[in-house]
Amino acid sequence: MGAGHTHKLYRDGASPVHALPAHCKLAAVFCFVLIVVATPRTAVWAFALHAVLLAAVAATARVPAGFLLKRLLIEVPFVAFAVLMPFVAEGPRTHVLGLDLSVSGLWGAWNILAKGTLGVAASVLLAATTELRQLLLGLQRLKMPPLLVQIASFMIRYGDVITDEMRRMRIARLSRGFEARGVRHWGVLAKSAGALFIRSYERGERVHLAMVSRGYTGTMPLLDATTATRTQWTRAAALPLAALAVCLLGWTL
Amino acid sequence: MHVPDGFINAPVSAAAGAVAAAAVAVSLRGARRELAGAGAGGGTGAERTAPLAGLVAAFIFAVQMLNFPVAAGTSGHLLGGALAAILVGPYTGVLCVSVVLLMQGVLFADGGLTALGINISDMALTTTVVAYGVFRLLVKVLPRTRRSVTVASFVAALLSVPAAAVCFTALYALGGTTDVPIGKVFTAMVGVHVLIGIGEAVITALTVGAVIAVRPDLVHGARGLTRPLELRASPLAAAPAAAPDRPAADQPAPVPAAPRRSARRLWLAGLAAALLCAGGLSYYASSSPDGLEKVAHDKGLDTRTEQHATADSPLADYSVKDIANPRLAGGLAGVIGVAATLAVGTGVFVVLRRRKAAAADAAPAVDAPAPAPAEQG
Amino acid sequence: MSTTAPAPSLAVAGLAYAYPDGHQALFGVDLTLRRGERVALLGPNGAGKTTLVLHLNGILEAGAGSVTVAGLPVAKAHLAEIRRRVGIVFQDPDDQLFMPTVREDVAFGPAAAGLRGAELDARVTEALDRVGMTAFADRPPHHLSFGQRRRVAVATVLAMRPEILVLDEPSSNLDPASRRELADILRSLDVTVLMVTHDLPYALELCPRSVVLSGGVIVADGTTQELLCDEELMRGHRLELPFGFDPRSVTLPG
Repeated sequence: MGAGHTHKLYRDGASPVHALPAHCKLAAVFCFVLIVVATPRTAVWAFALHAVLLAAVAATARVPAGFLLKRLLIEVPFVAFAVLMPFVAEGPRTHVLGLDLSVSGLWGAWNILAKGTLGVAASVLLAATTELRQLLLGLQRLKMPPLLVQIASFMIRYGDVITDEMRRMRIARLSRGFEARGVRHWGVLAKSAGALFIRSYERGERVHLAMVSRGYTGTMPLLDATTATRTQWTRAAALPLAALAVCLLGWTL
Repeated sequence: MHVPDGFINAPVSAAAGAVAAAAVAVSLRGARRELAGAGAGGGTGAERTAPLAGLVAAFIFAVQMLNFPVAAGTSGHLLGGALAAILVGPYTGVLCVSVVLLMQGVLFADGGLTALGINISDMALTTTVVAYGVFRLLVKVLPRTRRSVTVASFVAALLSVPAAAVCFTALYALGGTTDVPIGKVFTAMVGVHVLIGIGEAVITALTVGAVIAVRPDLVHGARGLTRPLELRASPLAAAPAAAPDRPAADQPAPVPAAPRRSARRLWLAGLAAALLCAGGLSYYASSSPDGLEKVAHDKGLDTRTEQHATADSPLADYSVKDIANPRLAGGLAGVIGVAATLAVGTGVFVVLRRRKAAAADAAPAVDAPAPAPAEQG
Repeated sequence: MSTTAPAPSLAVAGLAYAYPDGHQALFGVDLTLRRGERVALLGPNGAGKTTLVLHLNGILEAGAGSVTVAGLPVAKAHLAEIRRRVGIVFQDPDDQLFMPTVREDVAFGPAAAGLRGAELDARVTEALDRVGMTAFADRPPHHLSFGQRRRVAVATVLAMRPEILVLDEPSSNLDPASRRELADILRSLDVTVLMVTHDLPYALELCPRSVVLSGGVIVADGTTQELLCDEELMRGHRLELPFGFDPRSVTLPG
């Protein structure tokens, strides 16, 4: 994984989408996904329109299609689930290419695939155009409890440090001729995991000392004064509003 | 197993979101208590919570990437809910796993944003609470040795994973967007997750064992176990000169053995009964779907075509139809009942523990100012 | 360097402490640092050096005895002011740099003390400037080299304008160039410095005066060159000079 304020999904850029404040984008993406989920599955064309909307955002943000599609692989386990549905669901059956399939199962599979894919694509776009720490600040501005934001930022800050430690432990194991090949080697791996926990916890205690030494009393000084202008909110709202129109059409048509 | 958007309908997602938000809010308070340690600097829970919970979350995040090879190129990894609950306590556990899920959803598009509540409810809340409940129960029942802690961790982790599957199935029954018979979902989910649970159990037990061998004081779930054995002196009684008299009895004294012994039998019996019930029910559940499907098939035919139009409407309700089969409905209710019992049991334990801990928790608070008079004077 | 200061930067008197588990680490430490002095705190592992450091800003509370920073006793009532006056640079910069970017990390201390806006920015720039890291203000700490991280860690503390700078093993894990750069930075500061170290040549290079802490008490206090040349003292407290290093042969600047 990446480090610091860049992570593996983030793509540096200067597009209008990159320039929007993180909390506007977060709110927009959340509303968009909510609307997608609420769109009736029978309105197949509506999902095509949703996809077009996302493609337009991706184009504005200059995020290449290949990058977006690659990331959709995260869905695979659920695709498997979806593929099974036509076979196991109930209801009237239909015959496609000699397979006996459930109609409702087919709809269910389509529903999950379409909504899941749009959801992942929207999240990927958000992560691709927003710096990690801006995302955290955005969550804070959206009134997520500050303590939770702090925990999340410590997780991000030290995720790399701890992953590095884990990698070094692995190299140490390899250098001593140990390579885990099966269940019988789990003991050694678990010892590493245990050691990793102890190191993480002790580091947490040291970080606490370092914080207290610099006057920390439980609340982070809030240094972030970013506010979004009306124009920025309007721009961010374009996506969910367009999606809402599509969704409403889907219900009425 | 991160649920994507669109898998569960909007109202149930929203309800799960509310449950998750409440759970996180409660955990934020609980974690302060759990993490208010007596370590260097004392410090109140509030100021220790962020760095310690953050580092534990980072640990869970990292350890989920640690591959445990199974055989022939396949490998599994830890989910971490049970491990977190046992190592740092249920509140911090829920909090850390929730933060990990939140970050995975926002940063890595892993798990839908609207499904965050569902993911937190089953993967953070259910696993952690069930694991901790089972763990505490077993630690109380079993003899007070390290081996017992390992055994308890094993069972706790083993049950926590299928418990998450049961929770998912229940959510699916309430708000699933496809009318797959609940019996099938249940069998598939629980079946697969029992297998995953075995791996989780082995890894969790080994990891807890590894930590307890080096730093038993760091294992939250074993605190009551190690302290009486350790015979630690009261923190200040040992301090030179300035030590105010705080009787060593302030430490959580070992609970008298006599009442426990009689209670232990009761617990064992109860546990055995619960396991028997659960076993019987799962047998029922796994043997019935075929029959169920037929019945539902015949019954459901007429209404089905119409339902498609409104299938996604917030009012679509498959659960009634799906639990048409009385045997399965009973079985499902039973399993949910066992899960609920476990949850309630855990609640009771947590409350009891908190009371007991109140005395101990007061200690660190007293710790800091206590020596001051000597220094100021 | 001012030699006649009204109140010493640091005055430790009769300090004793035992950990909650009963292990006693300090048995009556007496130590006074005049304003502007640079002093090395030497001692074998387990001598109680870290324990002593944690008393200086009230993270650990004295079991007996007292710690006074520029006339202000370390006590609960004014802990915030004490922690501003005593800047501790911990050994692992990764523990010290817990914020997402260098700028925020340097701003953390002054912001916790209530500074905001332009004043805060000026303070951050000044501190980064003194360690030569201004160009890295917006970088995440994880992306810096170890030496750079150590320098930023020093800046995080300088930003609080401390009365006394306490460094825990400042030269550990540094390559020779980073080591020299850090030495130049420390020499250029006009604050009181207490440097905990095993690196005896570094102590000799930077600190005119040294104290040896062993077994929880101060066993020697004098000019660094004298102490390092006292073979019996050195042997008695597990202090060893690097191979081929002769403190007598070193001519000290100024």
